[in-house]
Amino acid sequence: MANPLVTVEALYCERDERVLFSALSFTVAPGTAVQLRGPNGAGKTTLLRILAGLHRDYEGRVACPREALAYLGHRPALSGVLTAAQNLAHYLSLTAQGTPLAAISNALAEVGLAGFEDVPCQALSAGQQRRVSLARLPLLGDRAALWLLDEPFTALDDEGIALVSGLMAKQQARGGAVVFTTHQPLAPAPGLHTLWLGAPDPAAPVVASAHG
Amino acid sequence: MAKAPGLFWGQFRRDAALALRQPGELANPLAFFLLVITLFPLGVSPETAVLAPLAAGVLWIAALLATLLSLEGLFRRDRDEGTLEQLVLHGDPLVFAVLARLTVHWLGTGLPLTLLAPLLGAMLALPEAARWPVTLALALGTPILVLLGGVGAALTVSLRAGGVLLALLVLPLFIPVLILGVSVAELAVAGLPTGAVLAWLGAGAALALVTTPFAIAGALSIAVETG
Repeated sequence: MANPLVTVEALYCERDERVLFSALSFTVAPGTAVQLRGPNGAGKTTLLRILAGLHRDYEGRVACPREALAYLGHRPALSGVLTAAQNLAHYLSLTAQGTPLAAISNALAEVGLAGFEDVPCQALSAGQQRRVSLARLPLLGDRAALWLLDEPFTALDDEGIALVSGLMAKQQARGGAVVFTTHQPLAPAPGLHTLWLGAPDPAAPVVASAHG
Repeated sequence: MAKAPGLFWGQFRRDAALALRQPGELANPLAFFLLVITLFPLGVSPETAVLAPLAAGVLWIAALLATLLSLEGLFRRDRDEGTLEQLVLHGDPLVFAVLARLTVHWLGTGLPLTLLAPLLGAMLALPEAARWPVTLALALGTPILVLLGGVGAALTVSLRAGGVLLALLVLPLFIPVLILGVSVAELAVAGLPTGAVLAWLGAGAALALVTTPFAIAGALSIAVETG
């Protein structure tokens, strides 16, 4: 089996004097998708932020390809007054300099927003804004081995959900991995694993494994 | 490091586009500056003898308060939208994006203030001899105000009502700039050379330029990591 992309060992993290994880260990292999599940406040977002390197207040070992990841938080990270293309061009200047700007139109087309390049993001609906945010994923292509997606399905219609699932399947097919949160029950798919946080019932293990 | 020019210009383009799309945001501090200065002759006295000694001080205090007014939103919106997260995540080293943002901010606030100063100086009966030295002092001093203010804005970015705290944090730091700036006018009016004081302001600007972006980048990273 290929080396895991993400290795978490004995992760311990508390927030506001509440233990979120203790002795949490798991790995994420290339070609898999891991859905983080658990009740509100279980630490799903915190775990994603720890993996991204945006939250450093933890103990344990976290190995993660920080230089090759895409993190989409629950906020779409778009400036409302700027157009979709301007927002994505800024993202490219941070992540993948030298990418031809034509790639932006292609990425927008891939999330079903062809022709929306020059529309200010505040004029878009919540679902369309989510799609612009998600256009970062096809924009980066295979440069991001690991996707960390916080509630990527929020505000999306059925077609949008299918679209994101398709993007994720593509990422898995090229040997990348996805770690994401959603409350939506997903149909079983190849390489899709579930990691329960804040164990929903006593039978579920606190320490989960997501081997491919 | 190979990424650095791209980081600077990418951020510069974005922030310039942002500023051009909402000109009102930049116009507000300028309008404030203009208003304070127009109110002064009305409220104090239109007499040249009364206004002339106060003119440089009024220009500087108005410029300082206008800068302060413009600072609060410097990083707040980026944080609320989540753009700051992406910046901290991918924009390493963050100082280049910070520098770009502050450059755009100065071009939109400090530079117009400086360019308006000779005109408004005439309105305040600023002595002829002090007109250009004061303008030059503002050109050197307003970047210091923006750079120091940026540190305050970055430190208070997570606070809902950080405005007052921001003022308390940065106003004491503005005082040396104010004192140096006003003394340039005093020296010029007295017919003495102003070069030494202007050199101090220049040195201050250079020092602020090479140190504050690191402090701002650090404060923004902490704000993202604890937010």
